[in-house]
Amino acid sequence: MSKQAPSSPNATTDAEVDPDEETEQTPVTTGSEAVIRALENEGVEAAFGVQGGAIMPVYDALYHSDIRHVTMAHEQGAAHAADAFSVVRNEPGVCLATSGPGATNLVTGIADANMDSDGLLALTGQVPSDMVGSDAFQETDTTGVTAPITKHNYFASDADTVGDTVGEALALAGEGRPGPTLVDLPKNVTLDETDAEPGPAEPPATTRPQYVADEENVAEAADAIQAAERPLLLFGGGVIKGDATEQAREFAREHEIPVVTTMPGIGSFPEDDDLCLSWAGMHGTGYANMAITHTDLLIAVGTRFDDRLTGGIDTFAPEAEVIHIDIDPAEISKNVHADYPLIGDAGIVLDQVDDALEASPDADEWREQCQTWKAEYPMDYATPDDEPLKPQFVVEILDEATGDDAIVTSGVGQHQMWAAQYWTFTEPRTWVSSHGLGTMGYGLPAAIGARIAADDDQEVVCVDGDGSFLMTIQELSVAVREELDITVAVLNNEYIGMVRQWQDAFFEGRRMAAEYNWCPEFDMLAEAFGARGFRVDDYDEVAETVEEAVAYDGPSVIDFHIDPAENVYPMVPSGGANGQFALTEDQL
Amino acid sequence: MSSQESDEAEELPKHGLKGPSPDERPHPEGRRNSQGIRIDPAAEAEPEQRRAVLSALVEDDPGVLSRIAGLFSRRQFNIESLTVGPTTVENHSRITMVIEESDPGIDQAEKQLAKLKPVIAVGELDDDAVRTELVLLKVEGDDPDKVHAVTEMYDGQTLDAGPKTITVQLTGDEQKIDDAIDAFRQFGIIEIARTGYTALARGDQATVPGEKPGTADEPTRPKNAQQ
Repeated sequence: MSKQAPSSPNATTDAEVDPDEETEQTPVTTGSEAVIRALENEGVEAAFGVQGGAIMPVYDALYHSDIRHVTMAHEQGAAHAADAFSVVRNEPGVCLATSGPGATNLVTGIADANMDSDGLLALTGQVPSDMVGSDAFQETDTTGVTAPITKHNYFASDADTVGDTVGEALALAGEGRPGPTLVDLPKNVTLDETDAEPGPAEPPATTRPQYVADEENVAEAADAIQAAERPLLLFGGGVIKGDATEQAREFAREHEIPVVTTMPGIGSFPEDDDLCLSWAGMHGTGYANMAITHTDLLIAVGTRFDDRLTGGIDTFAPEAEVIHIDIDPAEISKNVHADYPLIGDAGIVLDQVDDALEASPDADEWREQCQTWKAEYPMDYATPDDEPLKPQFVVEILDEATGDDAIVTSGVGQHQMWAAQYWTFTEPRTWVSSHGLGTMGYGLPAAIGARIAADDDQEVVCVDGDGSFLMTIQELSVAVREELDITVAVLNNEYIGMVRQWQDAFFEGRRMAAEYNWCPEFDMLAEAFGARGFRVDDYDEVAETVEEAVAYDGPSVIDFHIDPAENVYPMVPSGGANGQFALTEDQL
Repeated sequence: MSSQESDEAEELPKHGLKGPSPDERPHPEGRRNSQGIRIDPAAEAEPEQRRAVLSALVEDDPGVLSRIAGLFSRRQFNIESLTVGPTTVENHSRITMVIEESDPGIDQAEKQLAKLKPVIAVGELDDDAVRTELVLLKVEGDDPDKVHAVTEMYDGQTLDAGPKTITVQLTGDEQKIDDAIDAFRQFGIIEIARTGYTALARGDQATVPGEKPGTADEPTRPKNAQQ
């Protein structure tokens, strides 16, 4: 059971390369061709970007390449699209931008990928080497700006090595705990002549992660599991990124241990399974938060214990010892002390623990207790006929109208929480959202990236809010141009809703700058872009319109005018205890 | 998962779900401290800060120092000093850092450092490690004999003696340097430049786990160093 550091998921092995095909490749003659060749060698199929002065040579090399390039309306969209591509495909996405403003526009998307551990390679143009540092036109210290938000970034210095550098950056992005990398490409380096073909893409020797956990630690953790009375599995995004959903599901079912997920972990375990308590945290289910509060052994896999999950650390899982499985040693005991640290690949370590277990924990009572909580705190909302349309209802209808493997992307805000709460996810890599950074405007560009990455028969639905949608609405032009089959459902309450919810709860109702009653008519705007536009105000129209929009073979936007007063519950107040979630405003 | 039956709808509250309110819900007693460590409620001790000397072997990539300094500043590690210089291996440098943190903080600093691509290996030095600091002191030159005597007492060297100022060099551990600075105060200190600690492990112990001194072999990242 040893797993070597895997090469990039799409890497073509020597055996697969058709020798005839290889000889057909024209030799590399410039730095930019070496850059593109490095991507091709790793099987990169798509790239997202925006043209510009300093990146032009790289685009010129793309001219004859089979790599599908999607021109985005804004570089932020390119980074988010590449990020979403990586989530759906589980391999690094690629984005391109020119120097200066192009590169700085990528920053939000790179930071987003960094927080969510999404593999991403950003290629940025740069002014010629001899002008670097002179404040030349469109110059920014891109490596300096992005150093804190990348796994590592590179300043390419030489046309002879630039191909290898790009290969290394791509491999590093996908290695171990994935994350964004960046290669800054001075224009002279990409224009310079070279005949250096990039070699095999390998991550740097100093970053080899550990895949197999220490056996002694595994044995100790297994003992703890057997002895636990109230064991609880917590699956994070690492389960999905580690391609360990099979092992995770098997482990939970074989030992009958209840499962909660984090928000990025949504889809790692089917939410319609009896063992599943859905996701925990600030707006997670009451039962998931109750389980975390009362468990005596939390088996956390691939999570970094973000504060939106834990609430106040001092009240997080107060009775629990913690087994923490993670491939990144720095996550161990960063936020929550790990009593049993298991460093390694999620799937491998779960198998190791499974092998070491002699018996399943005896936890009938605990399982029953979890079911009781499910009944006590059901996810529910009111739908009287005379009320304005409820967003939760819209999400449920969308869920029903699309397949089990439909991909949901979202922006950030109340709509994101309703989508995560009321969509029943059963498959990994179907929930694509901005978790750690909380980037409003993520939904639409992510839907574009997801659409390019997904199978043709998979539906892609973007659940967005009015404020979030407005932030990157220009990407609709891309969806129209590329004829992408995307359904955008805008849950429009004419508010920055989550802010309004907090203002009402914690700022005595002073709704400073939260009102968006200047929103455009999104249905008409969609039509103006060349997409289909719909507007829905009533319950009766929801199902029919959703059906029509989903059936439409191209981008469509449904502007759902929802109850502007609706808020997201349950809610654990920021820094509060998970078990003390509020079910209504009065309880905050 | 939802209740969509419209005949039942009117009985439902506008907001909210079933189940007891937060104050009616049982709440476990045990707690964690701010470092996430589960603690006995009777002894809610917070970890104390201590000084640690970290040594990192790094590749001489461009910007390596800024990456390390940036890591310390953005993660709010409380850094006391940082020195850097080449090693016996070409293209490798050793960075010595003194930080003041709680044990979990020191542990976290080490792990975050180890994650940086140019960092080959990193480790904390034992208390018995050889550690020393260099300081340059510029004092008023009114009393050269006395200045010389104090310099001798602390095994220092006079680097520059002019009619108005005298500049001396001292090396040693922090205590010795602090004492010496106190002693020089009587002459009127004009300027001070301190380097901060540089350090090596004592005896034949490797300073950084896995390091093979004096050879060109690249030391490997220590396995399980974090456990």
